[in-house]
Amino acid sequence: MNAYKIPIGDAIEALIDFFVTNFSFATKAFSGLTENGIDLLVNLMMLPPPPVLIAIFAGLAWLLSRQRSIALFALAGLVLIWNMGLWAPTVSTIALVLIATLFAVCTGVPLGILAALNETAHRIITPILDFMQTMPAFVYLIPAIPFFGLGPVAAIFSTVIFSMPPVIRLTDLGIRQTPKELVEAADAFGCNRRQKLFKLQLPIAMPTIMAGINQTIMLALSMVVIAAMIGAKGLGGEVWKAIQRLQPGRGFEAGIGIVIVAIILDRIMQKVGNKAKT
Amino acid sequence: MEKIRVENLTKIFGHQPKAALRMLKEGAGKDKIFAKTRNTVAVNNASFSVNEGEIIVIMGLSGSGKSTLVRCLNRLIEPTSGNIIIDGVNVLDLDENALRHFRQQHLGMVFQNFALFPHRTVCENVEFGLEVRNTDPAERHGRALKALEQVGLKGQEDQMPAQLSGGMQQRVGLARALALDPDIMLMDEAFSALDPLIRRDMQDELLTLQDEMQKTIVFISHDLDEAIKLGDRIVLMKDGAIVQVGTAEEILTNPADDYVARFVEDVDMTKVINAESVMKKVEIMAYYKTDGPKAALRKMQKAGITKIFVRKGQRVVGLVTADNAVRAAKRGDKTLDSIIDSNIRTVSSDTSAIELFPLLAESNDPVAVIDENERMQGIVNRATLLGAIADTLQIEENGGQDAPPTEEIYA
Repeated sequence: MNAYKIPIGDAIEALIDFFVTNFSFATKAFSGLTENGIDLLVNLMMLPPPPVLIAIFAGLAWLLSRQRSIALFALAGLVLIWNMGLWAPTVSTIALVLIATLFAVCTGVPLGILAALNETAHRIITPILDFMQTMPAFVYLIPAIPFFGLGPVAAIFSTVIFSMPPVIRLTDLGIRQTPKELVEAADAFGCNRRQKLFKLQLPIAMPTIMAGINQTIMLALSMVVIAAMIGAKGLGGEVWKAIQRLQPGRGFEAGIGIVIVAIILDRIMQKVGNKAKT
Repeated sequence: MEKIRVENLTKIFGHQPKAALRMLKEGAGKDKIFAKTRNTVAVNNASFSVNEGEIIVIMGLSGSGKSTLVRCLNRLIEPTSGNIIIDGVNVLDLDENALRHFRQQHLGMVFQNFALFPHRTVCENVEFGLEVRNTDPAERHGRALKALEQVGLKGQEDQMPAQLSGGMQQRVGLARALALDPDIMLMDEAFSALDPLIRRDMQDELLTLQDEMQKTIVFISHDLDEAIKLGDRIVLMKDGAIVQVGTAEEILTNPADDYVARFVEDVDMTKVINAESVMKKVEIMAYYKTDGPKAALRKMQKAGITKIFVRKGQRVVGLVTADNAVRAAKRGDKTLDSIIDSNIRTVSSDTSAIELFPLLAESNDPVAVIDENERMQGIVNRATLLGAIADTLQIEENGGQDAPPTEEIYA
C-alpha cells in the first residue's frame, strides 16, 4: 500500500515554496506594515494608565449594550486582570483580536454577499469554507511563518483564515433568507440589484450577519491564543510560557483572563446583534 | 379606452417549456403535458383586455393560475409566450432597464401578505417606491404622507409595520402603491388575508378611492362575492385558461359552462340583483302641469292601478293616490297641488336588492328608480322584487323556464 504514496504533502509544500520564493517579498513588506499598525494600536492602548482604560472599556460596554450588568462585569473583570498583573498581555490580545476581526469582516461580508447573489460563487465558496473550518487550526500556523515570519502578523494571518468562515456563511444565509415576498415587492417597485441589496437584503440580513461577526470574534480569540506558539504575544503567550515552565497557577490566571475577555466581547456583540433585529 | 391588452398569454413552469408549448398548441391537455414533460401549464392561452379606469377582477380557485397571470403583467414571472400590451407598449419587448422604469412609472402592486419591509417605518415603507425612483426626499415624504392620509392612516407614519393590525398593514401596502401614483394597480388577493369585517371595509374604501382616482385596477380574488362587489368586469379562470369574461350579472345569469355555473351557484342573489334588473317600466304617469285630479284618476282607472307617479318635465316630483284624487275631484280642485305627495322615495338603478328590502318593508308605496337627472327609469315594489328573486332562483334550479306571473298592482 505504501509502495506509492500520493504526494499530496509534497505538492502542497512545493506550492507553498513557490509562493514563498516569488511573493514573500510582498508578504514580508505587508508584514512589516501590519506589525507597525499593531504596535501603534498596542502602544496607544498602553498610553493611558490601566484604570483609565478600564473605565473607558466599561463605558464602551455600557454604550454598546445599554445594560448595566455587562458594564459592571467588564469593570470587575478587567480590574481582576490588572490585579493579576496581566494587563499588558490582555491589551495586546484585544488588539490582535480587533485587527483580525476587522480583516475577517472586511473580506468575509463581501464574499458572503457574492456567494448569496451569485450561484457559481456560492458553489465555489461553500466547499472551501468547509475545508477551512474542519482543518485543525494549528495547521494554518505552519505556512504563515515563511510568509510573514515569526510574530504577530503570522498569528493574525492564521487567525483571519480560521475565523472568517462564519461571517461569510451567515452573510450568505442572511441574504438568502430574505422572505421571497419582500424580494418580489422590491422587484415590483422597480429596484435595481444595488437598491435591492442595500435597501432590503442587507438590512434584513443584519441580525444574522451580526451573529456571524460574533462567532468570528470568538473564533479569533481562540485562535489568537493558539497563535502564541508562533510568536503572538498576549494572554496566549502567558499560557504558552506557563506550559513550558510547568506553572499551573500562572496558566490558569492567564486562562481566566481569556475567559473574561471572551465573555465581555460576546455579551456586547450579542446586544448589538439584538439591536439590529428591531 | 383600452389600457391593457393580453394576447394569448401562456406560462409554463418547468425545464422544457418549448416542448410543452408545442404540445399545448397541438391541443394536449394540462394533465397529459405534465405526465409527459413534467412541466406545469400555469396560464394557458389567456386573452383579455382591460379598459382605462376599470376594475377587472381575475377570479378562480387556488391553482387556477390567476396569481401567475397577474405576475406576468409586470413580468415578476416571465411569460413563455404571448403579448402584453400596456398603453401600446409590448411589455415583453422591454429590456431589464426599461422594464424597471416601466414598473416604477406605471405599475403599483399590492400583495396578499402585505409584504411590508419590517425594518422600515410605515412612512419609509410608503416612500419606498419613490426612493427607488430617486425622488427628492422632501417631495417623497410629502407624497407618502398624502397617500397615508388617503388610506386613513394619518398619524401612524412613525410606527413599525409589526405594530399594526392586519387591516392597517394592508392599508400601508395600499398607500405604498398609491404614493407612486401609478396608472395601473395590480392587487394580488389584496384583501384575502383579512378577516371578513375588515375585508368589507377595505373593499368599500377601495371603491371610494377608485371614485376619485379612476385607476385601472387588476384585482385577483378567489371570492366571488368580492369579485361581484368590486369588479366592473370579471375574468373567470380555470386550470390556467379563461372560461368567461363579463360583468357580474352576465356571468351569474348566463354562465358560459358548468364550471362557471357551479362556481356561482352559492352566490347570494340579493347582492347581484339590482334595482335596474327588477324594476318595471312605467308606461303611464300623470303630468304635473296639465293633469288635474280627474285626469289622474282616469289614467289610474285605465291602467288598473291605485297610485300614480307625477312628473314635471322629465323629473319625477311626487305620487298621487286614487283615494285622494277622488276627494280632490269632489272638491273641484283643478290641479294636483293639494294631493300630491312629494315625499317619494327614489333609488338609483344600481341599488342592490339587499338595500331595497328595508325600503319596501317600511311602506307599501312603490320606490321610483331614477337616473342621475332624476328621470324616471321604472319602479320597484314588493311584488316586482320578490318576483325577480323567485325568477333567478327558478333559473338556477331548472335552467331558466318561464317564471310564474307576478302579482300586478302598478303600471
